[in-house]
Amino acid sequence: MSQSASAVSPEVQAKAKAARERLDAHTYETVQWHFHPTTGCQFWLEYAKNELKFDPLKEIKTYDDLKKFPEFQDEWLRGGPIRRWVPQKLMDKPLYVFETGGTTGVPKSRVSHDDWRTDYSNFSETLPDDKFPRGANWLMLGPSGPRRLRLAVEHLAQVRGGICFCVDLDPRWVIKLIKKGWMEHLEEYKKHCIDQALTILGANHNVQCMFTTPKLLESLCQALEKQGKTLKDVGIKGIFSGGTEFTPQWTRFVTEEYLDGVFMTPTYGNTLMGLACSKPVTAADGYKISYYAPQPRACTEVVEFNDYNTTVGYGQTGRVKLTTLTKELFVPGFMERDEGEREMPFDKYPWDGVSGVRPFHELAEATTVGVY
Amino acid sequence: MLTIPVLRWGKPYESLEHDEVKHFLTGEPIARLGQANGGILQRDMRFAKRARDVLRDIPHDELLARIAKAADLYLNGTLPMGDGVQSPDDFAKQQSASTGLPVHMAKANMAKNHYVLTNMSTMLDALTRGLSPAILSRGYGVESRGVTVSYQCQSPVVGLVLPSNSPGVHTLWLPVIPLQVGLVLKPGSSEPWTPYRITAAFFEAGIPREAISIYPGGHDVGPAVLSSCDRSMIFGGTATIEKYKGNPKVQAHGPGFSKILLGDDIVDDWPKYLDVMVQSVYANSGRGCINTSGIWASRHTKEIAAAIAEKIGPVEALPPDDPNAGLAAFTTPGAAQAIWKLIESKFKESGVKHMTEQYGPRLIEKERCAYLRPTVVHCANSACGIAKDEYMFPFTTVVECPQDQMLEQIGQTLIATAITNDERWIGQLTDAVHIDRLNVGPIPTIKLDWLQPHEGNIVEFLFRNRAYQTTPERLAKVK
Repeated sequence: MSQSASAVSPEVQAKAKAARERLDAHTYETVQWHFHPTTGCQFWLEYAKNELKFDPLKEIKTYDDLKKFPEFQDEWLRGGPIRRWVPQKLMDKPLYVFETGGTTGVPKSRVSHDDWRTDYSNFSETLPDDKFPRGANWLMLGPSGPRRLRLAVEHLAQVRGGICFCVDLDPRWVIKLIKKGWMEHLEEYKKHCIDQALTILGANHNVQCMFTTPKLLESLCQALEKQGKTLKDVGIKGIFSGGTEFTPQWTRFVTEEYLDGVFMTPTYGNTLMGLACSKPVTAADGYKISYYAPQPRACTEVVEFNDYNTTVGYGQTGRVKLTTLTKELFVPGFMERDEGEREMPFDKYPWDGVSGVRPFHELAEATTVGVY
Repeated sequence: MLTIPVLRWGKPYESLEHDEVKHFLTGEPIARLGQANGGILQRDMRFAKRARDVLRDIPHDELLARIAKAADLYLNGTLPMGDGVQSPDDFAKQQSASTGLPVHMAKANMAKNHYVLTNMSTMLDALTRGLSPAILSRGYGVESRGVTVSYQCQSPVVGLVLPSNSPGVHTLWLPVIPLQVGLVLKPGSSEPWTPYRITAAFFEAGIPREAISIYPGGHDVGPAVLSSCDRSMIFGGTATIEKYKGNPKVQAHGPGFSKILLGDDIVDDWPKYLDVMVQSVYANSGRGCINTSGIWASRHTKEIAAAIAEKIGPVEALPPDDPNAGLAAFTTPGAAQAIWKLIESKFKESGVKHMTEQYGPRLIEKERCAYLRPTVVHCANSACGIAKDEYMFPFTTVVECPQDQMLEQIGQTLIATAITNDERWIGQLTDAVHIDRLNVGPIPTIKLDWLQPHEGNIVEFLFRNRAYQTTPERLAKVK
């Protein structure tokens, strides 16, 4: 059903206007940084010189002006040299590289200095202390290796005064197992991960918070159930999780049948964006999940399938478009492999959100979801 | 419009997600089908043992009487279906509307399922070679010839990942409940009708609700069925068959590559067998794995191909409610077009001739679906790329091949009808392990003998014959 902007209260409208002004100012500042000859990175400086038909330093003054950029090609993120993405002012800083994909071929990579810490420090402020107690330890039961998430969750634990226990999980191997049809190996690998998690949870480490993926959360709950226990029994109070299989039905299923009152918050994110938070999910609202990007550092839009510069109406369906605006990375208009419905601003996040996130229908057949 | 819920051990579960089952011609929604997630199924398997227990609580004769009652209800009754009811006519129309199968074929499939259910006792007797049902129920006992035997059930439930496009396959799982084993069904997205209707008939006839679950759902439900049930059946293509080859927990059903082989001793009389060949290719719109997709002979192949083409080549795509409709529609957008493109590309090979070309275009495109009209292809030799192809419409190759090379060349064959009186060759055919069902004589490949196993004996799939020794006193109690 289409929603109307008039459904937003005057207070939220005022907040939304202020948020937009902040976004415009932040956009201007970020573009100035990335395209100035003394601060910008090699990639964007060369791109502006050789490809762009306008001068970003002069013509990008607001967020809407970013539409002047051609569509960002995610292929640009594959291969090196990796330092072409590092702004000159950050060249001598300690740097990390985080990767996505890569089951076959060259993965997409993002270089980072401190963004991942900033994103997760900010995210920490959104977590309720009674569900994610300060000082409690964490379990990271999710993808590790060259992924940002493993370090980020550890940082999250640390900023909240805890220590993070980790389990190794290689999603590239998981995808290979699925593609090869080695389902027994897949089950064994999953069991191998869950066994390690059970060991940590049973070792008196005061683990009260965790990150995990929907599939692994189900498997962990099943394994605990076989021992006659629940997550609550082993001390877990809060879980944050993410993935496109995080549907209302799935959320309802785990809430009603496994969580036994343990708090769970869905998130939507990736190496480029950081972390989009969820509006509180309730049974009364049909377990609807709406995500809001961490503006102004990242901004999501829901755009027409045949025109990526036009946002759809509220409640309408479109493809998710992501713009990243930090001093470490500038990505204007990255087309996510997801679609969803455009959501209204609200008091806590007075800017557009996206709900019902699922694989983009034109790519869905080729997308392996819910692998770990 | 009907809303059909997930069934968790017989209990309706209102999912927050629904899939629309649509009419293939009009696009109109016919039903909203609740969608399960794989985790629900996995969690419900805690009660899998209960499914067998509640069935074992029913004396075997009583169980078979309820199955016979269910057969009648399935064929003639108006049964609950989601938030509505469904008459037999509704069923046939709904199945036709979502699968593209003509209505009269949907009714024929109903009659087939009814026949299997009403003759269950005889069928189980044949499949178990006269074993007392009590032995399968208890797990051990004494045979009529006085030998101690044990048949151990390998799984309290059977999982089924059912297809969308072949309503004919359901007879395969009908003996499961009579064998006191529970059912975990994942219906195909376009064909929820048969699993739900048979289940409704079972429940009305007194089969315990705790014995059956139905989980319509997305990409994660099929794998959940296979990983959660110690015995499962899955339906798919050649890749699916290869994937589960050698896995004792999974019985994979796919293309049959069924064939008719004409012996040198009778091939000169081929016109006598034309009707058997035509029927084997054309019946049930050629959709089944039991339909013939290859006719092999050492001579007269061009004449045979031309004669079959003359019979079925002119068949037109008729509306599904036309009693003369012989073709099912392809309801998946682009499927028929892709298949025809592939077939056409193979016509270019030397030695391959399209014999139905003179009867007009084969690909008939409608607004929301497409049809492929019967196609007969002559292959001058067995090396032709198309010689062993199978497609889901009336399609056959007629392959010229010397009789003494046929067994070597035909490849995996679900059903071979060998028309010959050559006893030496019959002996070789009988020994050929790449032929599953062998018909010797002019028997259409589509004619099943329900008293014999089809694609493996389900009793052997579900029960393991193992040694069991105990005291004479205990045995005396179960004699």
